Amino acid sequence: MADRQIMNDQDIRRALARVAHEILERNRGVEDLVIVGIHTRGVHLARRLASNLSEFEGSEVPVADLDINLYRDDVKSRMSPRIRPTRMPVDIQGKKVVLVDDVLFTGRTVRAAMDALNDFGRPQQVQLAILLDRGHRELPIRADYVGQNVPTAPDEVVRVRLVETDGIDEVAIVRVEE
Amino acid sequence: MSLLNAIETEAQPQIEAAGVRKRRRHVLDLDDFSQQEILEVLESAEGMSEVLHRDIKKVPALRGRVVVTLFYEASTRTRISFEEAGKILSADVINMSASGSSTEKGESLLNTGLTIQAMGVDIIVIRHPHSGAPYLLAQHLDRVGIINAGDGIHAHPTQALLDLYTVREKLGRLEGLKVVIVGDVLHSRVARSNIWGFTKMGAQVVLCGPSTLLPLDMLRPRGDDDENDPLASVQVETNLDRALEGADVVMALRLQAERQNGGFLPSMREYIRRWQVTEARLSRANPEALVMHPGPMNEGIEISSTLAHGGRSVIERQVTNGVAIRMALLYHLSAGGE
Repeated sequence: MADRQIMNDQDIRRALARVAHEILERNRGVEDLVIVGIHTRGVHLARRLASNLSEFEGSEVPVADLDINLYRDDVKSRMSPRIRPTRMPVDIQGKKVVLVDDVLFTGRTVRAAMDALNDFGRPQQVQLAILLDRGHRELPIRADYVGQNVPTAPDEVVRVRLVETDGIDEVAIVRVEE
Repeated sequence: MSLLNAIETEAQPQIEAAGVRKRRRHVLDLDDFSQQEILEVLESAEGMSEVLHRDIKKVPALRGRVVVTLFYEASTRTRISFEEAGKILSADVINMSASGSSTEKGESLLNTGLTIQAMGVDIIVIRHPHSGAPYLLAQHLDRVGIINAGDGIHAHPTQALLDLYTVREKLGRLEGLKVVIVGDVLHSRVARSNIWGFTKMGAQVVLCGPSTLLPLDMLRPRGDDDENDPLASVQVETNLDRALEGADVVMALRLQAERQNGGFLPSMREYIRRWQVTEARLSRANPEALVMHPGPMNEGIEISSTLAHGGRSVIERQVTNGVAIRMALLYHLSAGGE
């Protein structure tokens, strides 16, 4: 079992800076933007993106945390995951929401996240920012902002580690041997 | 042998194989919960609590699951709170009580359980006046998860979990706290499950009440393994003032009038004078001590009215948190693979 590093801390920092610029370009600033991170690592990426945005633009951007486990379509097939508190500090009605997650794979997490958002209001627009797109979509979902595209085999595991949760910034592909 | 371990069970052992814990099928008591699993339930309940405070209290997590509440004993808060929990999670909840059912025609508990299972129900929440009744169902039904909502004087695990949750929410921790449980411990399933819960989480439990209402046999050393026996740390103190010294949590238990035929008390007046939890007595506890009661309360008997509705009382909060805990447990039993 050999780990193959895809991104190191500098790569992640640069990708998040570029994605922040793309968000600003596309939305012409930060007005009406709400950054919504999907638990767990999406939450930390969302905070980093928001701090980039306010640094580049000079005004604060609201950040929310979203737990989507209660909206999954595959409850029975998963080990009981911990439900974490959703924190929605602003009304998202009519806002431009940027959903943030670490890896885009089947698209099911993002679908669940859109359902969850709906329970809090009707955003004017929902965009998707992803650190790593590994392909193998099972739903018609694509990201608006991508840190890096990485072709993977379905049985490979993409491991994202972030300083906030794991003490190190790194993305690696891990082949799990049975 | 004490009631705490009198009922031998085949409840699912927590098998740690390759870091994967076997999925839990039943919640019968807290004795087979590890500290880690209790913590997971408490943390999930925090997430559930957020859902409870939304404008739209509805998430699709348990869509298509069927939960039956099977109550052979009166209940307001437990039954309604399970029903609300199930409905917020989008499960279909069917309430059944013994009166008006085939129980009145003499159908046995086991046959009622088999009938419910045959209808494709996923979870049965059962309350029964006989200790051990939920274990009977758990042993004989192989396709239904059983949650014990109170069995006789034996266990009430969901109440204990909501009590742990409430204390952790208010005081920020459980470890090292002094928890005094006052009153009719002998007949209290709430006390029994709370003893498991609080000791497993590292709190010090002190039981207090008339010696006739304390299960003294429960605290007798039970084997060679006392160091790992959480019950070995439980203390007993019949003097309430001494028990309350430095307490962080004071839990008054309902004096169960329906179970008092055995001449346990000389008189109600004496009970009130010596064991009622009052503001004056509470001055011996820590200044931030919480006052709890599992309900329903006999105000003016085991607890004074001013205290029950005063600033230190978290009794209403216990009820609110009960819904979040039951949501977490219903989810906990439904999520996870084969």
